[in-house]
Amino acid sequence: MTAEIKLGKFGEFGGRFVPEALIVALDELEQQYLAAKKDPIFNTELAELNRNYTGRPTPITDAKRFSKVAGGVQILLKREDLNHTGSHKINNVLGQALLTKRMNKKRVIAETGAGQHGVATATAAALLGLECVVYMGEEDTKRQALNVARMRLLGAEVIPVTTGSRTLKDAINQAMRDWVTNVQDTHYLLGTVAGPHPFPVMVRDFHRVIGDEAREQMLAEYGKLPTAVAACVGGGSNAIGIFTAFIDDDVELYGYEAGGDGIETGRHAATLTGGSIGILHGAKSYVLQDDEGQTIESHSISAGLDYPGVGPEHAFLKDSGRVNYSSITDAEAMEAMALLAKTEGILVAIETAHAIAGSMKLGAEIGPTGSILINCSGRGDKDVVTAANWFNLPVGDVIA
Amino acid sequence: MKTVSQVFSEAKNQNHLALIAYLPAGYPNNELSHKLIDTLIGNGVDLIEVGFPYSDPLMDGPIIQAAVKDALSKGTRAKDVFKAIDHAQQAGAAAVVMSYFNPIFKYGFNDFAKALASAGGAGVITPDLIPDEATEWIKQVNMNKLDNIFLVAPSSTDERIRMVAENSTGFIYAASLMGVTGVKSAQIETVKNLVARIRKFTNKPIAVGLGVNTPDQVMEIAKFADGVIVGSAFIKAVSEASNDSDAVDVVARLASALSAATGKIG
Repeated sequence: MTAEIKLGKFGEFGGRFVPEALIVALDELEQQYLAAKKDPIFNTELAELNRNYTGRPTPITDAKRFSKVAGGVQILLKREDLNHTGSHKINNVLGQALLTKRMNKKRVIAETGAGQHGVATATAAALLGLECVVYMGEEDTKRQALNVARMRLLGAEVIPVTTGSRTLKDAINQAMRDWVTNVQDTHYLLGTVAGPHPFPVMVRDFHRVIGDEAREQMLAEYGKLPTAVAACVGGGSNAIGIFTAFIDDDVELYGYEAGGDGIETGRHAATLTGGSIGILHGAKSYVLQDDEGQTIESHSISAGLDYPGVGPEHAFLKDSGRVNYSSITDAEAMEAMALLAKTEGILVAIETAHAIAGSMKLGAEIGPTGSILINCSGRGDKDVVTAANWFNLPVGDVIA
Repeated sequence: MKTVSQVFSEAKNQNHLALIAYLPAGYPNNELSHKLIDTLIGNGVDLIEVGFPYSDPLMDGPIIQAAVKDALSKGTRAKDVFKAIDHAQQAGAAAVVMSYFNPIFKYGFNDFAKALASAGGAGVITPDLIPDEATEWIKQVNMNKLDNIFLVAPSSTDERIRMVAENSTGFIYAASLMGVTGVKSAQIETVKNLVARIRKFTNKPIAVGLGVNTPDQVMEIAKFADGVIVGSAFIKAVSEASNDSDAVDVVARLASALSAATGKIG
């Protein structure tokens, strides 16, 4: 069932729809990545960083109290929220930062939505002594102000992007413009499984440690594989990271997109469920677009899922029927976030809360004999203000 | 209607560079953009490049980004692109579309090529499409007797230059620098070297674009290329004009100054 890769294609999806000026850099990146993958020194270095810096392996938590509200199904959380910097993003970033050194480039640039990938990139750049510039939509710098401060503390330059819709999509455009101008000494450290080949393959491979670990842990600690695996999908990196290990198993796979106010309102970020086939940011995949191919702005309470595109491998997995994709509204996600916090003492990121909400619905179908392994992709510290506003909790000066 | 090849052979016979001007459709509105096209042609522009405004123009700098955003906010659609093409070819110039690939993909390869051909268009420039990804599209372009113009960049290897040159018809677009439109100035030595590398593989005409905005640059480029492409400079002039007739005047002055610099010496 694994997607066949020919010239970076997943079936009809993927490819390299970018200016000619970038092709040489993409070729070099592909060659260096393929060589690094086979290089024991590179792999040892990355494994050591994963263990001693990130804190891998991350545990699986059996969420017993939460499972009672999810129809009795066993809920197992793969705790990527416990990684250094607070999400799965660090897995890919460390891999690409090591590659940057290998290519003798001194500068990394990155896009960020919620700020998690930006924080992870700033962290790796600090660790390895690289210059770091992060592009972030101006809208997102406001709703994720805490992460902007974190990136600056880590020594990164954060550039608010004021063009287009001023969110993640425009941050990627601006990063691409920087890259095409400075490609000689700069690596574009793309944060998800989207973009031109080799990014979708390479970013997936750096994240597959999530699923590989989880599969081993399931067999060692529970003696069997889960009934289903669930993850939230924006660009789709955490989902691919956990799905890949289970793709040839008899395990159902579920991806939950951001439904915003509801697909029917048009105000959502559910690219696979509510979009159509198109080309955005260098790859053919599903896109939120109008009848003439203009990108439509996405809407989600979750900055990390607020993106009108999705990785091409997900497009392939949707059309092949291997993964079930559906959407979760803002309200459903926020309710699930609060419920998990109160029953398990785990405050997840709003992105992750979409997978939690989806699993509550799925749990009702599967019933108490089954189990759902959820990729608990990030922690919710960055979302405390957004959540407090949503639930009308007093914050800061307002506290009487 | 005029073909791209005719434009370049006429320019060659008259011993000057073909002058190519870019304007996005619908900017600053349909009526004025048609008047600007007339003005460009009347002041020495040989080929009009009509931009298909797109929401995510990642090869464009701030000047063109702002112009296409303005055009889109005024409701510019594919039909306006084809009307501008029709207007330019009726006014006596050859006209090509400059479009990012998704609007073409969404329109349908066959439908887009047909609509462009029936508007009298001569070809298509696709800044985010490499020939490696264009097999199906190239078929439709050829079937409708249009030219397919691909780009080469200073970073392109000889192998890629040969492949791009083989797949391009009409002319080859040589990017004068690594970067986006309208930000940095063309790097003459870099692009001179690039043009020489392209000539090793093809006799097709070569036009230089990105960062060209002054007659002095055009004079330098006339020493080694066959055409020159100017975009952001015209748009900047339009965006700074105080009214419509001022916009027409500044565009006329700029076009005629650039045109006067296209002559090849000796």
